[in-house]
Amino acid sequence: MKSFEKKSPWILHYDATSCNGCDIEVLASLTPRYDIERFGMVNTGNPKHADVFLITGSVNAQSLPVVRRLYSQMLEPKVVVAVGICANSGGVFRDCYNVLGGVDKAIPVDVYVPGCAARPESIIDGVERALDILEKKAKMLHDGRLQELQEMDKLPPMPDFSAKKEAVV
Amino acid sequence: MSKTLTAVLAGIAYVIFAPLLGGLLTGLDRKITAHVQRRKGPPVLQPFYDVFKLLGKENASINSAQDFYVGIFLLFTILSGIFFFTGGDILMVMLTATLAGVCLVVAAYSSNSPFSQMGAERELMQDMSYEPMLLVTAIGFYLVTGSFRVEKIISGPRVNIAFLPGIFIGLCFALIIKFRKSPFDISMSHEAHQEIVQGVVTEFSGPMLAMVQLAHWYENVVLFGIVALFFVWDAPWSFLLGLACCAGVFILGIVIDNSCARVKWQHMLRSSWIMTLAAGCVNLLVLMAMR
Amino acid sequence: MPLLSFLIAFPLVAAVILLLVRSDKQRLVIVKIAAAVVAATAVITAAVFFKSGTVNIKINSEAFSRIVLILEIVLCGVIAFLSFRAKRILVGLLSITETALIVWFELAVGESLTVQADVVIDHLVIIMILIVGIIGSTITVYALGYMKDFQEKEKDVADRRPFFFFVMYLFLAAMFGLVLSNNLLNMYFCWEVTSFSSFLLIGYTGTKEAEHNSFRALWMNLLGGLAFAVAIVMLGCYDGTVEISRMIILGTKGADVVLPAALLVFAGLTKAAQMPFSSWLVGAMVAPTPTSALLHSSTMVKAGVFLIIRLGPVLGNNMAGILAMFAGSFTFLFASFAAISQSNGKKVLAYSTISNLGLIVCCAGIGTFESEWTAIMLVIFHAVSKSLMFLTVGTAEHHVGSRNIECFDGLFTKMPQLATCMVLGICAMFLAPFGMLISKWAAIKAFVDSGHALLLFALVFGSAATLFFWAKWLGKITAIVPEQKNVEKTVHGEEWFAIKGLSILTVITCVFFPMISSSVVVPYLKDIFHAATEVISEGNLITMSLMVIILVLLPVISSGHNKKKHTSINLSGVNAGSDVAFRGSISDTVPLSLRNWYLEDLFGEKKVMSLGNVVNIVTIAVVFSLLFGGMFHV
Repeated sequence: MKSFEKKSPWILHYDATSCNGCDIEVLASLTPRYDIERFGMVNTGNPKHADVFLITGSVNAQSLPVVRRLYSQMLEPKVVVAVGICANSGGVFRDCYNVLGGVDKAIPVDVYVPGCAARPESIIDGVERALDILEKKAKMLHDGRLQELQEMDKLPPMPDFSAKKEAVV
Repeated sequence: MSKTLTAVLAGIAYVIFAPLLGGLLTGLDRKITAHVQRRKGPPVLQPFYDVFKLLGKENASINSAQDFYVGIFLLFTILSGIFFFTGGDILMVMLTATLAGVCLVVAAYSSNSPFSQMGAERELMQDMSYEPMLLVTAIGFYLVTGSFRVEKIISGPRVNIAFLPGIFIGLCFALIIKFRKSPFDISMSHEAHQEIVQGVVTEFSGPMLAMVQLAHWYENVVLFGIVALFFVWDAPWSFLLGLACCAGVFILGIVIDNSCARVKWQHMLRSSWIMTLAAGCVNLLVLMAMR
Repeated sequence: MPLLSFLIAFPLVAAVILLLVRSDKQRLVIVKIAAAVVAATAVITAAVFFKSGTVNIKINSEAFSRIVLILEIVLCGVIAFLSFRAKRILVGLLSITETALIVWFELAVGESLTVQADVVIDHLVIIMILIVGIIGSTITVYALGYMKDFQEKEKDVADRRPFFFFVMYLFLAAMFGLVLSNNLLNMYFCWEVTSFSSFLLIGYTGTKEAEHNSFRALWMNLLGGLAFAVAIVMLGCYDGTVEISRMIILGTKGADVVLPAALLVFAGLTKAAQMPFSSWLVGAMVAPTPTSALLHSSTMVKAGVFLIIRLGPVLGNNMAGILAMFAGSFTFLFASFAAISQSNGKKVLAYSTISNLGLIVCCAGIGTFESEWTAIMLVIFHAVSKSLMFLTVGTAEHHVGSRNIECFDGLFTKMPQLATCMVLGICAMFLAPFGMLISKWAAIKAFVDSGHALLLFALVFGSAATLFFWAKWLGKITAIVPEQKNVEKTVHGEEWFAIKGLSILTVITCVFFPMISSSVVVPYLKDIFHAATEVISEGNLITMSLMVIILVLLPVISSGHNKKKHTSINLSGVNAGSDVAFRGSISDTVPLSLRNWYLEDLFGEKKVMSLGNVVNIVTIAVVFSLLFGGMFHV
């Protein structure tokens, strides 16, 4: 028997700096062809409701605080899925002056979905994998290990941009 | 004595089974909607998975007042249903439901968040749109059966719908708003998240959101109960007719939901008030003239 | 009888003393004592007369009526003088006309009339005495603290506090006199005194606007006074009586008292600020808040509806009843709509008062057992909760710096106790299970049973609007805004006393609703209608009062148990540090501010009010042309 967390993952999708390629693929998975709702997945657009944080695109100076805020507003148990190569590592934009890099530079990431753009099948697969982690985290929460969990999902210190900026200047 | 016992049993049955029924209806709704859109859709029990998941999530809120208001919302929604299923006064049912509705609105306001306030205003607009029709419905039952009490309304010698066709149409219109269906789902809707995130429920999370969900299920069952009042009279088999007509209204709601786009609040307010006047009030006038 | 004389005379004495006392400290003591005595006397009077049923008292004194007449002439002289001085000749002439009419009547016809009862005390009068005595005197205590702040804030306004308190107590005395009078001549005098006192109170600040509004209030009420005078003359000349009780007996026996009844209803409409005369009550808010509280809740407007409720048995399906019903229900509908578009707290309260009075007038006009029951219940609950609302808004205004509802942002964090009282007041105005709403519920039943579909439509749509404008105000003050400073430490003790006292009174009256109904209102109506119908079943009433108890106890029980995590609000992830600002598009910090809906396009004040005024002028004109036409036709 699957846990309820696994049967009802609600997703928050955020476009950090994506070129929209991955975003279109994310939306494609909502369409009748892929229909992620059959897994109980819902695109909520609200960090307060979401269990899975799906990020496309690399993190830059503008989106960094937003990513961190949205992540911190999500309630335990929660998992992060970085979709597409930019979200994984910064992709072709990694050397841009304002780009920090992959999502994992800003917040802890649980699953990386590669691709440029990532295919709907692989996105769904990535979320499914994230659900295994979500289930484990849920178990921790139900065992009363909330503090341990919070420690695990803690926001890393605010990354420093200054070195990169100076290098560019 | 047996009458009291029946009433108590009906009340207990409501408290226990209404969420099951309400959840099941929501699940069916999602399934049918998916099929209309040529999707497979989630399992029928999906709404229950959602609620249990929400109950298991970390408990957090914007402020403590919010929990309090949501708690009252659930409490009084259930209470209004108990009044209904124990055969109580239908106006009391509606007034208690209004109290509950205002608690939801206040809960949304209390977070001082723009999305939830926007949702709260829209929710109030919805309340203002359907409130006259609900009252007209209650008055219609009173004119036909001589009582506001549900137990009297369902034990009349004649079928109520024969005298209340206009009011029934008007009520169905109001129910679209009440069930939060397109084209009148302006205060909280998954489709509107670009605009108002989740409206009223934006700032509720985890167990609190589960409570709101539960309250909606309770509420929906009462609304279907009101629909059934039109078709039930003292013939015992008429309960089946009532159930069948509820199913009809349910399907109709899904069809309308899937074939309409969300409208502006002006349109909602105007059309529902005009509908109340044209269908509900005219029906009332005829009834009063018949007396 | 000595008790009743004391009830009227004591506020008068207190008024004169307050006029003479100049020191703030002494006034503080005197007002508190006077308020306590007035309230205690009212309660004792109620207790004494509660058991005895209806009591008729005859004043066997030629001198008494002469004194009243002389005072009337003096009052007319003062009004005429003030009007001519302000170059408002018409107002003065109005006053002179009606007084001349009354003087002529009393000298020419009055002699031959025998009066059986000058004073009648029944349960309705007891209710009114309690309302005036308790709520009125509480408001005067509140005024102590409020006027101190008021004079400090409004430096331009001359400090005429002795005068202010003088008029307030004069007002209370006049109200006691008014509700006790069965003799219309005496009631007419008190009626004019209340008109005049409200004129003085509204004009207190002496600004141009205040003067303008006070004269508007005066001429509208004098117009009602004129109708009152004409009604007295007609009753005296055609039916040979000047007593309300006689008039009602004659009317129920089939004599034609419709025209005087309609004239009295008209007088009631002006005093109860029904459209098209509602503008005076809206204009009255230029005065200091205690004035508005007094006018809106326990005195002035309640005098108007009191008269119409008294006339209830002769109203119903005749022209006078139709006048009250339609004027009242249209006012209810349009004033509720107008309240939606207002952001000024006092204006919202004003429109809500007007609409509620409309409902009361309408119920009184139907004149059945159920509708009278509703009207009386509405009077009670409206008086309590509306005075509470005015006092909280007045205090909030002084401490937040505005009476605009939009400025009450975060009131719950700035003034937690005051906001709690305000929330209670608002809930009591429009939510089940509080008294106002139960009364509206009864109104629905009364309207259906009397077969007036049009009134029902006004009621259902007006109620929806009521829900909207109260709930959005409620939402505004319950919003919890972080980082606010508590500013309620400087609220005066007198203000707290009044506000908290009225809050407790609100809860008590709602909890004891079934008792008020069964032991006071129903016996009174049984006497009048000689029959009783069950308006709302005992079981439902008790359920409702249990719900009140639950609602009041829940916050007490649930407070302090919450140790949950608190998160920030959803600002699409661009929260700037706290929940009161966000990062704008160029990374600048933008303060967050939320505004309510006012639907100006649909429910704009001007549009709605002028429509309502036209509708009601037509109603009044049609009713009176039919009545007068019918009279001359024969």
